[in-house]
Amino acid sequence: MNTKLEKVIQAARSEFACAVEEFRGEAHLIVDPERIVAVITWLRDVQDFPLLSAMTAVDYWPKMDPRFHVIYQLTSLSKNLSVQVRAPVPGARPVMSTVSGVFANANWREREIWDMFGIHFDGHPDPRRILMPQDWEGHPLRKDYPLGYEEPQFTFNFEEIDLRKPYAKE
Amino acid sequence: MPQLQEVTVDELKHLVSNRAIEGETVLLNMGPQHPATHGVLRLLVELDGETVVNCVPDIGFLHTGVEKNMEAKTYQKAEVMTDRLDYLNTVGNNLAYCMAVEKLVDLDVPPRAQAIRVILTELQRLASHLVWIGTHALDLAAMSMFMYAFREREIILDILELVSGQRMMTTYFRPGGVWRDVPVEFEGAVRDFIKLFPKRIDEYEALLTKNPLLMDRLLGIGVLTKENALSYGVTGPMLRASGVDWDLRKVRPYMGYEQYDFEVPVRTEGDNYARYLVRVQEMREALKIVEQALDKLPMGPVRSDNRKFVPPPRSEIGTSMEALIHHFKLWTEGFEAPRGGIYSAVEGPRGELGVYLEGDGGPKPYRVHMRTPSFENVSVLPVLAKGHLVADLIAIIGSIDFVLGDIDR
Repeated sequence: MNTKLEKVIQAARSEFACAVEEFRGEAHLIVDPERIVAVITWLRDVQDFPLLSAMTAVDYWPKMDPRFHVIYQLTSLSKNLSVQVRAPVPGARPVMSTVSGVFANANWREREIWDMFGIHFDGHPDPRRILMPQDWEGHPLRKDYPLGYEEPQFTFNFEEIDLRKPYAKE
Repeated sequence: MPQLQEVTVDELKHLVSNRAIEGETVLLNMGPQHPATHGVLRLLVELDGETVVNCVPDIGFLHTGVEKNMEAKTYQKAEVMTDRLDYLNTVGNNLAYCMAVEKLVDLDVPPRAQAIRVILTELQRLASHLVWIGTHALDLAAMSMFMYAFREREIILDILELVSGQRMMTTYFRPGGVWRDVPVEFEGAVRDFIKLFPKRIDEYEALLTKNPLLMDRLLGIGVLTKENALSYGVTGPMLRASGVDWDLRKVRPYMGYEQYDFEVPVRTEGDNYARYLVRVQEMREALKIVEQALDKLPMGPVRSDNRKFVPPPRSEIGTSMEALIHHFKLWTEGFEAPRGGIYSAVEGPRGELGVYLEGDGGPKPYRVHMRTPSFENVSVLPVLAKGHLVADLIAIIGSIDFVLGDIDR
């Protein structure tokens, strides 16, 4: 970790009392999900990180508390730095506050995380699914959601499998 | 007959203006099957006469669950999924993913492999920009431009086929290097292309750059301010056309980009025309990088010799017991990556192509997130389109240069 990044981390630590993890030269700030809007706003305005490069989530199922990590990857153009903010979210009540008021691209990214992980973002202006159909059930990137597959059809069981195949038949 | 799902006005209320609900403005569905949306993108457009009042992109028609699928494959085998994201930048996707794996397991890439990677990604950038210039011009009714651009793109795809056996889905880069060394014909083929292509860019520019029909459609249309660009996470040529000098190849050099001398074109206008000029200039710069990398192409191995992550060469397997064991273990079990998450990004033709990769100590990635630039770039479309004519919407879509496979993943 270079000294410029060290400074940002130190400031974040004294401001928000967040834990810090280091891995392969990257700094990960672990922050309380309640304070996520404050942290992200502070990073953007005070520390000059004007770009939300990536926003995603990870599911640590079957661990339930915290089950998810919501990840914000912020970039500073003036300092040429990246910092990762991670917010642990409990599986029993997966709710976060939206940062779409801070970064406009969080709007779609939060819709994506809602769609894929079922993490609800409080105060989101447009809380619809984005990639899956609107009437889809379940959240595909959760670890307890099975990976889909197709049964291979052979001559001897062609009819049998065809009957339970989920495509529209006339 | 299956029943069509009815969309009630209530569901759309928060997306369109009140005038649409009262019937004063028209709600028009553009796509998902529409040639000007460059794939399966649906736009719900609210129109007042011909003026766009609101534009609501609807994406996800090409969602294939790439991230979920990658979690079920070993690190090496998951790489083939990355080709299928942005199918105009397959080599670049491979590079982003391989670099993420290399960062996660802390693996070095030999200089020759780095140079080969640079040459091929820059050629791929050219191919991608050629598709952009062709289709963008086609949208604006310059039919012949499309043919010319695809003619040159074919040469690049032939070079990719020469080195990897595949025109598009190459998977030529592997964690730790490249699949195998380039064939002897490679250098000649690239040199021929370097000789030919500057003249061709001049031809394109003669056809388009000062063309009054094109300038009418691009100048001052779809202005993206610097503030909006940053807030929407827009990257790549779009960001640079809005006055932000940010190119990951320059600011965070990877794969030895620091050795090559190239300019990063930046414009401040932020309109369609600025994006056009930035991309055309980028083609010239990419060609400069290819030439320098080819001149400097060092000799040596093209794969890391760390046998715990990179399979041994074929020739060793017949004579070395250890090589055979490594080969067998790597292709059946795969290698184990440490626990922890990393984010690694490269500059793709469309912008920052990032990979969030998390390992859990096993041979399969615990989580892969592809941060694809088109997703962010297309999310700014409503801002750009507001107040313009429907015909301009087509020009704006063309100048964003997105790939639906990249957005929907």
